[in-house]
Amino acid sequence: MVDFDLSEEQVEFQMVVRGFVDDVIRPHAERWDAEGELPMDAVKQMAGLGLFGLPFPEAYGGSGADLLTLCIAIEEIARIDSSLAITLEAAVGLGAMPIYRFGTEEQRRRWLPPLAAGDALAGYGLTEPGGGSDAAATRTTAKLDGDEWVINGSKSFITNSGTPITSLVTITAVTRDGDRGKEISSIIVPSDTPGFEVGGGYRKMGWHHSDTHELAFNDCRVPQENLLGELGGGFSNFLSILDDGRIAISALAVGLAQGCVDESIKYAHEREAFGRPIGEYQAVAFKIADMATKTELARTAYHKAAWLKAGGRPYKAQAAMAKLYSSEVAVEAAREAVQIHGGYGYIEEFPVCRHYRDAKILEIGEGTSEIMRILIARELGLQPR
Amino acid sequence: MKHVPDPNLPVELDGGRLRRDGVQCVLDPGDEFGVEAGLRLVEEHGGEVTLVSMGPPAAAEAIKRGLSMGAHRGLLISDDALAGADALATATVLAAALGGRDFDLIIAGVESTDGYTGTMPSTLAELLGLPQLTFATSLSVTGSSVRVDRQSPDGYQVVECPLPALVTVTAGVNEPRYPSFKGIMAAKKKPMEELALGDLAVELDVRQKVVQVTQAEERRAGQVVAADGDTAGRIADLLAEAKVI
Repeated sequence: MVDFDLSEEQVEFQMVVRGFVDDVIRPHAERWDAEGELPMDAVKQMAGLGLFGLPFPEAYGGSGADLLTLCIAIEEIARIDSSLAITLEAAVGLGAMPIYRFGTEEQRRRWLPPLAAGDALAGYGLTEPGGGSDAAATRTTAKLDGDEWVINGSKSFITNSGTPITSLVTITAVTRDGDRGKEISSIIVPSDTPGFEVGGGYRKMGWHHSDTHELAFNDCRVPQENLLGELGGGFSNFLSILDDGRIAISALAVGLAQGCVDESIKYAHEREAFGRPIGEYQAVAFKIADMATKTELARTAYHKAAWLKAGGRPYKAQAAMAKLYSSEVAVEAAREAVQIHGGYGYIEEFPVCRHYRDAKILEIGEGTSEIMRILIARELGLQPR
Repeated sequence: MKHVPDPNLPVELDGGRLRRDGVQCVLDPGDEFGVEAGLRLVEEHGGEVTLVSMGPPAAAEAIKRGLSMGAHRGLLISDDALAGADALATATVLAAALGGRDFDLIIAGVESTDGYTGTMPSTLAELLGLPQLTFATSLSVTGSSVRVDRQSPDGYQVVECPLPALVTVTAGVNEPRYPSFKGIMAAKKKPMEELALGDLAVELDVRQKVVQVTQAEERRAGQVVAADGDTAGRIADLLAEAKVI
């Protein structure tokens, strides 16, 4: 029998997060966006809810929840504030998860508890100025010199890499370049390491108050034991990390789309044109009906992908489908929400304006829509080039 | 504590009473302050927080919210015969359930967000023969006494009494924590005692009847005084008229 119900605890948690977002985040989201700085006080309050430790075992300070529970929190936050939703998604999925999944017991004990508590944040440095989705094009190098890695190169668009509480960035680097291609490994670089420089923030279209930086490594030395996972395992490790990330980004996209639906319904009741609320016109009501339908389907898609994962079954294709579909739904919902709001949709006082700017990156980050289509096609036995 | 219709939703009436069936109900927001106050005292001094509610079986949800916040155990008194109980009946039942139990302090909200009588806690203290400190804006326990800042119209009084006692806390006495997922999971395993009327030696005498319920008068729009020559004078006249000055 198909069962679409969340567990009782997940529903209760969803209500708690929704209340938290309404009380603590909603009143300030517009201002934070204008200021363009990660609001550390809000991060601290999110940490108080245990959000940053959700999927990790209690032994490392986590809550022992599953991926879906984390996604529920991300979706609820993204209804109102995509910048904080991506901060959480990246902190857990990209920052802490590789340490948990591929770290030695010693590495886990050392780095994970502060990350799970939300007292520290970590970044994952994969993308470089010369390429994102094409990880094999990695140019950053790490060479062993005695018992230290010497790292040279640069990384781009690295979330949570420059906050006041960032403790480390895990980077991918070429550890050997031979006849049989590049050997790519993951290495933990603590934030205070000499030779590790965090660049200024970007002027982004959206996600204004998420923390994103360019990173430079100039003869940056870290101990040999900072290798994360097997030598040469960096590439396959990051691929498996991204599968989960796609489900979480899908949740974020669904949250944004739902936020657009909510705001549009509210506005359709309030705003009058030609003597009646605009929601009484089919042109508006049908738009909202379509937005809500697609949002619901996108939610079902990511729930199913998470459900497959929880059952230990293959979910790569469903994760890619969920990410592809929900990010395109989010962009469409934001565009239509602005259209429904008319001129006010172009004004920052109305949340849909910010949602519109925040939506586009969802079709790009953690695997572009094009890469999603390649992955899905491959799962179908096709080899698109 | 009380399970009440979500105060953020429009009120639905059923005759003279609030409709509760099919309405989203929550732990009374006023009670969250009481739970938080109890948790903080226990964190400081040790001990346990027991959450007590009288209400329909669904009121267990309100208790569960408090258990998720970190309270240790719950006690729900539920019985069909208690439907429509007034403040006196509620206090009588709670006194019967709590009398003879070992406790240092009873913490209650000043008033419920649905009924707003604000008489239940004082009645309960009287029935249990406990000293009561009401309208606390802060509270602390030292040795065997409790001290509160008691809100008054023009400031606050500092009052103290020996334990055991009953304290009512105002909204704003603290900032209630949100339950964490870990707390929600832990709440599932916490003990919840359930009592029916037959378990208590109590005679009920419900005398209060709701005769009529009317809509409160809508707040009228404010008066705008345009800034010109004698703005201050006219504002002063308006304030005098309203007997504010």
